Amino acid sequence: MAVVLAFLIGGLYAGALYMIMRRSIVKMIMGLAMLSYATNLLIFTVGGLTRAAPPLIASGATEPAPPYADPVPQALILTAIVISFGVLAFAVVLIEQTHRSVGTDDSNNLRGTEGDV
Amino acid sequence: MGLLLLPILIPFFAAVLALLWRNRRAQWVLALIGAGGLLASAIGILAVVARDGIQVIQVGDWPAPFGISFVADYLSAIMTVLGGIIAVAVVFFSRASVDRRRVRFGYYPLLLILMMGISGSFLTGDIFNLYVWFEVMLMASFVLVALGNERAQLEGAFKYVTINLISSAIFLTAVGLLYSITGTLNMAHLSIQLAEAQQPVLVTVVAIMFLIAFGIKVALFPFFFWLPASYPVAPVAITALFAGLLTKVGVYALIRVFTLLFTQEIDYTHNLLLVLSGLTMLTGVLGAASQNEFRRILSFHIISQIGYMVMGLALFTPLALAGAIFYIIHHIIVKANLFLISGVVHRLQGSYELKYLGGLYRSHFLLAVLFLIPAMSLAGIPPLSGFWAKFVLIRASFEVDQPVIAAVALVVSILTLFSMTKIWAEVFWKNRPETTPDTRLLTPGMWRQLIVPVAALATLTIAIGLLAEPVFDLSSRAASQLLAPEEYVSAVLGSVP
Repeated sequence: MAVVLAFLIGGLYAGALYMIMRRSIVKMIMGLAMLSYATNLLIFTVGGLTRAAPPLIASGATEPAPPYADPVPQALILTAIVISFGVLAFAVVLIEQTHRSVGTDDSNNLRGTEGDV
Repeated sequence: MGLLLLPILIPFFAAVLALLWRNRRAQWVLALIGAGGLLASAIGILAVVARDGIQVIQVGDWPAPFGISFVADYLSAIMTVLGGIIAVAVVFFSRASVDRRRVRFGYYPLLLILMMGISGSFLTGDIFNLYVWFEVMLMASFVLVALGNERAQLEGAFKYVTINLISSAIFLTAVGLLYSITGTLNMAHLSIQLAEAQQPVLVTVVAIMFLIAFGIKVALFPFFFWLPASYPVAPVAITALFAGLLTKVGVYALIRVFTLLFTQEIDYTHNLLLVLSGLTMLTGVLGAASQNEFRRILSFHIISQIGYMVMGLALFTPLALAGAIFYIIHHIIVKANLFLISGVVHRLQGSYELKYLGGLYRSHFLLAVLFLIPAMSLAGIPPLSGFWAKFVLIRASFEVDQPVIAAVALVVSILTLFSMTKIWAEVFWKNRPETTPDTRLLTPGMWRQLIVPVAALATLTIAIGLLAEPVFDLSSRAASQLLAPEEYVSAVLGSVP
């Protein structure tokens, strides 16, 4: 299972980088979204893929009964999803505004801030 | 020790109040209180750290490797104080320089949230928490760059957002891999775990991923291209804040991870840092030499100055690290001040292009003097603060037999002088060209609001130069703390080994 996920994550990273390097800014945003999915899946995978019980401690015991799943990666992913959702929402509004004011979807035309070279 | 959380909580509550209370003047007063409170609590933290050593607070009372720790050592405390100083100066400057529309759309609350993120990044002791604070800071800075919706701003913001999202993704990936190697996220605990990690190659790979992620944020060579394209588009008060603090948060993170976590393969990682720092200095200063716009020249100089700080980290001796910290103290104040001065010049003559400016030496002598102080300090003219910072770094590089980097640092400093004299000659010395728009009128009240923070920062620059001994003493204590991570580790983890 980990091998399958490893290929999937690698594919997502490759696809994300390809999309980020496209000239269309819409595709670029899609690439950024894929990049965050790849990262989240990576954290999920490195946390260990086990069929295990939730890490709950039974009353009276001092530690959870093995095998239990590591809850930290899931907490990390949850936080990362919330953050990337917020940031992507902002990025989408930003490209919408940029498109309205520059009138193009081509990042090659965003040269106004490069100064005289 | 609730004191450690105050630099985060004060700006946060000030931001919430400012969101509710929409009066312009009230918002400004709240922002000033927030920034002032941040500065006061940071000075308090520095005093406590100087008296009692490293301060730790475990949020929610969970013991160290499980809960989230906030830690203040000398470096964190110094950086938070500097953040407070720049925040106060920028809020003061904003009163007369930021327009009504931006204020209506939440300029001050965003500024305060940005300061909260910066303080959080300096004070956290948890690597994932560091990522979260980075995102808080970036989110606020994204909106501040784009706020106003001018075309140039949108273009600049687009580049800034994209490159930072990529950098954050690399950062998060590296954090995930680090967790898979060690099973912990607490930086003190990581420091122990990494020292006995079984897979040194994997650790070095993760170290390089951190180097790339933070390298993008600090505009290290070859990741610097976004900075001059995005910083100058924001309102000048915001550019000054970014120039002073945002890249330095990245430098802080670099220093933290490459002193506390990744010291296993110093030959490889720190030599790489040294090469990159030399190239960063050179490209930054050469880029600046070819520019003719006030803010773009200064933006390229940020890059070249970052090189000096990373050079101190890369040499990795007590003297060199002390030099790097001294350099950060000097640079944050000088750089923010230079941007504020470019804002005053724009306010007076309506342009940032050097060819449209001129004659300010005759008409505004005080401003000319106030420009000359940080400009000469940046170039490293004694007895100003920049001279001591460079002197320490160059001496440190000779001590470990690295004359090449010392030569690069000296050449870059001469080229910096060239850039500064170019601005001096064009903006202050030459006569004002006829073809330019009219000089704008400033009321004496507005002039005072603009010039007071500039004068205050210039005074600080002189003070650091004259009191170089105590400041250097503070930097070297911070450096020796960084080079002995055991103190940090035992402060966070308590008696647990």
